[in-house]
Amino acid sequence: MTDLSKSSGAAMTEPVVSDSPAPTAFLEVRDLKVHFPTDDGLVKSVDGLSFTLEKGKTLGIVGESGSGKSVTSLGIMGLHTAGQYGKRKARISGEIWLDGTELLSADPDHVRKLRGREMAMIFQDPLSALHPYYTIGQQIVEAYRIHHDVDKKTAKRRAVEMLDRVGIPQPDKRVDNYPHEFSGGMRQRAMIAMSLVNNPELLIADEPTTALDVTVQAQILDLIRDLQKEFGSAVIIITHDLGVVAELSDDILVMYGGRCIERGPAEKVFYEPRHPYTWGLLGSMPRLDRDQQERLIPVKGSPPSLINIPSGCAFNPRCPYADVPKDNVTRTVRPELSEVGSQHWAACHMTQEERERIWTEEIAPKL
Amino acid sequence: MIVGHRKTSGGPRSAAGPRAVLAYLIRRLFAAAVMLVVIILVVFCIFFLVPRWAGVDPATMFVGKQADPGAIEAVRQKLGLGEPIFVQVWEFFKGLFVGRTYAAGGDVTNCAAPCFGYSFRNEQAIWPVLTDRFPVTLALALGAAVLWLLFGVAAGVLSALKRGTLWDRSAMVVALAGVSLPIYFTGLLSLAIFSYGLGWLDAQYVPLEESFGGWFGGMILPWVTLAFLYAAMYARITRATMLEVMGEDYIRTARAKGLREPVVIGKHAMRSAMTPVLTMLGMDLGALIGGAILTETTFSLPGLGQAVLKAISDKDLPVILGVTLITSLAVIIANLVVDILYAVIDPRVRLA
Amino acid sequence: MSENAEDNAVSIPAQSDGAAKGAAKGATLTKDVAPGETLLKVTGLQKHFPIRKGLLQRQVGAVRAVDGIDFEVRAGETLGVVGESGCGKSTMGRLITRLLEPTAGKVEFEGRDITHLGVSGMRPMRRDVQMIFQDPYSSLNPRHTIGTIIGAPFKLQGVEPEGGVKKEVQRLLSVVGLNPEHYNRYPHEFSGGQRQRIGIARALALNPKLVVADEPVSALDVSIQAQVVNLLDDLQQELGLTYVIIAHDLSVVRHVSDRIAVMYLGKIVELADRESLYKAPMHPYTKALMSAVPIPDPRRRSAKSERILLKGDVPSPIAPPSGCRFHTRCWKATEICTKQEPPLIELKPGQQVACHHPENAEDQAPQDTVLLSAAKEAVELVAVGTAAELAAAEKASEAAVEETAVEETAVEKSAVEKSSDRPESTDK
Repeated sequence: MTDLSKSSGAAMTEPVVSDSPAPTAFLEVRDLKVHFPTDDGLVKSVDGLSFTLEKGKTLGIVGESGSGKSVTSLGIMGLHTAGQYGKRKARISGEIWLDGTELLSADPDHVRKLRGREMAMIFQDPLSALHPYYTIGQQIVEAYRIHHDVDKKTAKRRAVEMLDRVGIPQPDKRVDNYPHEFSGGMRQRAMIAMSLVNNPELLIADEPTTALDVTVQAQILDLIRDLQKEFGSAVIIITHDLGVVAELSDDILVMYGGRCIERGPAEKVFYEPRHPYTWGLLGSMPRLDRDQQERLIPVKGSPPSLINIPSGCAFNPRCPYADVPKDNVTRTVRPELSEVGSQHWAACHMTQEERERIWTEEIAPKL
Repeated sequence: MIVGHRKTSGGPRSAAGPRAVLAYLIRRLFAAAVMLVVIILVVFCIFFLVPRWAGVDPATMFVGKQADPGAIEAVRQKLGLGEPIFVQVWEFFKGLFVGRTYAAGGDVTNCAAPCFGYSFRNEQAIWPVLTDRFPVTLALALGAAVLWLLFGVAAGVLSALKRGTLWDRSAMVVALAGVSLPIYFTGLLSLAIFSYGLGWLDAQYVPLEESFGGWFGGMILPWVTLAFLYAAMYARITRATMLEVMGEDYIRTARAKGLREPVVIGKHAMRSAMTPVLTMLGMDLGALIGGAILTETTFSLPGLGQAVLKAISDKDLPVILGVTLITSLAVIIANLVVDILYAVIDPRVRLA
Repeated sequence: MSENAEDNAVSIPAQSDGAAKGAAKGATLTKDVAPGETLLKVTGLQKHFPIRKGLLQRQVGAVRAVDGIDFEVRAGETLGVVGESGCGKSTMGRLITRLLEPTAGKVEFEGRDITHLGVSGMRPMRRDVQMIFQDPYSSLNPRHTIGTIIGAPFKLQGVEPEGGVKKEVQRLLSVVGLNPEHYNRYPHEFSGGQRQRIGIARALALNPKLVVADEPVSALDVSIQAQVVNLLDDLQQELGLTYVIIAHDLSVVRHVSDRIAVMYLGKIVELADRESLYKAPMHPYTKALMSAVPIPDPRRRSAKSERILLKGDVPSPIAPPSGCRFHTRCWKATEICTKQEPPLIELKPGQQVACHHPENAEDQAPQDTVLLSAAKEAVELVAVGTAAELAAAEKASEAAVEETAVEETAVEKSAVEKSSDRPESTDK
């Protein structure tokens, strides 16, 4: 999705006049929509997403490629609007409340000042996300001095301090190295140091370990966990790996076709999932912590095109339970999120009882 | 002992310190020197050996076909064309550093160092000709380069940022025109309009020593004409690389830090986008310094290009040889400068 | 890669035994090697990529991508190869399919030495050994229809399958779960998972005996991964294929493999049956690797003390560490590990390991001096647990110290005390 946002440019905010009061949660996203006009039609990357996140908590957003998870994170950061040129602008609507400020209708320069200070981001591939021509130190110093009126020396001391904090050996020397002189894991540490240099309240990590080896991944996940404890910030971790989510998240949001199809506390989503797609994800994954499964239970078919999302439930064409009779609904109606437990929502037409039965009787035993 | 082993995993890798840069520079300089020697050898072979294989006596080519046998024989002796090729090359090399004396019978011609050869057609050494004409060409190339960099890069960056808009489209149409219209067309057109038509600018070249104003006025049209062609090319390449760079992840990172957009573009994007432009600049400047034949001819500028054009029509081999060497030297030096700048801009190059 | 190799093969004049062998159905397949016997045998295999520098392109060193490995693949089994990036697993895959020329060592296929076979000698081999690649986007020619792509091996080998190429290609399409009517479509019309199926169909066209799959699912989404994994599974059952599956994902490798080789810096450090390897890994690296995999179970988060967190990065394969290559990151490293390379030996039936101090087995060099300072740096446990845990850890490490080197107890005890806020990994 990110390449779409790159090529088709960006954003025209359509401020939505809303009567609903400012939220009390630290971060609240209401009915976020990010659409990109293309030659083939309107790509609805994110199509009505809502969630809340408190400080000190971690939200894991899980989904496959094209589910809209990265577009969501860039939307929160305001990066669809910032510095996008050309004719095709992303259409963004909805509300994003960060600490009492609505970002989509706010002055863009105000949002820019929040970026890097109040909300920061870690990207998937630290090699391409760091500028190859500047030293690690220069890049961290820059990030610090945008938001703090200090001289270069002070900022550099701060950079060394941050590098030390994220576990880079000999930080006073490494600070003058260029990104290509770092290993993959060290680069991601440096990236984390850079994003945390201003003590942001919200940290968004977009696939932070996908490009890394498994032993390095463990180090980075550990670091993110420690740092969150230390800084008490809110963290959104975006990934396709259920293992990573399970390691870090308090809450989990599962996305499919630009929408949230299930959201709830991590335990609930893993132990009492109430959406067939979540079942599919759990069943597709070979697991090291269980005895050898005979066979994986894949989801048939492929993810939907975001231009022609099925009119009813986006998962309907791939759903193994599409034929289960549903009460009073037609296939063309899109299921809304409904509460299936405390703080636990899922968007499915099947009755709760039916889903509970299928999960406990048919799915869970096979996992 | 353990410390020694742990180095492989922990310690900083070879940092690109000043020593690494210096080593890189020395390597590049050495390579440039070797290249120059090779070029001299190749050029020498082309001018002195190939005609012989083709059954043409080089001596004839030096004097011209109508010359009488006695004159040809004199030239052969003077230039040492009867000697084996390596002796000739050696003589030429020696001439570059200590000068050379051409002697045949009682006729002795001195050619002071650096001796790039002697034109028997015009009865003069080559080097003074080159030094006379070189500044004109250099001024033309450098002046035009400043113009085209300024306008070409600016137009390219703006087009990239306003991709798909009317501005972008019109700028690219103009650029396409600039690339495809030949210099003698745009040159003559501008002469017709601004010099003969409106009478704003003088079409005459005035040497700098005579009057700065006259010189400057005379150079404006050549500069603009030459710059128009190159600005168009630079606008196109700048636009393309800018578009590519603006899509890079590190640009997104720069924005995520909260940088102002002008800083994102000016500092982060431009530095990367300038690398291919720099490479082009090195090659173009090198080539132009060797003689902007079309521009010089169109505007009657007494530069190297005009000299070489005349030498070709006169079949004045020593002049052609001298200009070829000067051109190669210019290209090599320009490339060396570009390589050094490259290493300054892109830290990854230093270790390569 | 494979296309290049096959293209090379085209330039060779048509081979005489071009009799139709291709279209045999799975059931009627005759195998030259009975299941369980050795199909592929590799001894001392090496691949060094030279690094050249300077004007004269002098060789200043070499990337020792694969640095002396021995293993065999038995007919009908799946050998999984795991390791982190740069461990040489992909190079190994290209060596055994002879897409790369080995620097040293021997590759035997069905008892025949194929190490130095030329292009023409390899040609019949190419039919028996096929490769599946990671990236289903770049390994298919975008200008060819999938019919052409899957049918290409027949043309290259000069084989005319029963009922014609088209019919056979359509059969292959349905075997891998694609619609046979899509014969005339182009690769871009398919999704990632479908493209990987096309790659598999192409590999299966000539009824190979051995299929080497390099990261066959790592470019695919989770839900699609499972489809392809299951497909590979089914095909093996139906066609009696032998697989070498190279992957970095330990869970995938466990799911698909019968035996697993763990590679580190160009060496096999452990080679064992799946069950033994996952239940009782012997090499410390295997153990660390497995413990590093994030477990998709939020309740396990509290049990983090099981995790061994390796420090630092994999050293460069240009100058691998002396002795055991893992000793720079190993918490059990001793003197001997820095000096002497441990051989790959069978410590338990079906479990080979190259380690002086293996887990779950008898120590191979029990008298050796513990390098505690190194161990302290090399590893730390994630959980900064309760006081009780801490104390237990401390006690255990003290016990370990007393066991290993009595004469140096005093020194090491102080080291343990100093590091008590970061308890050592204490493997009892």
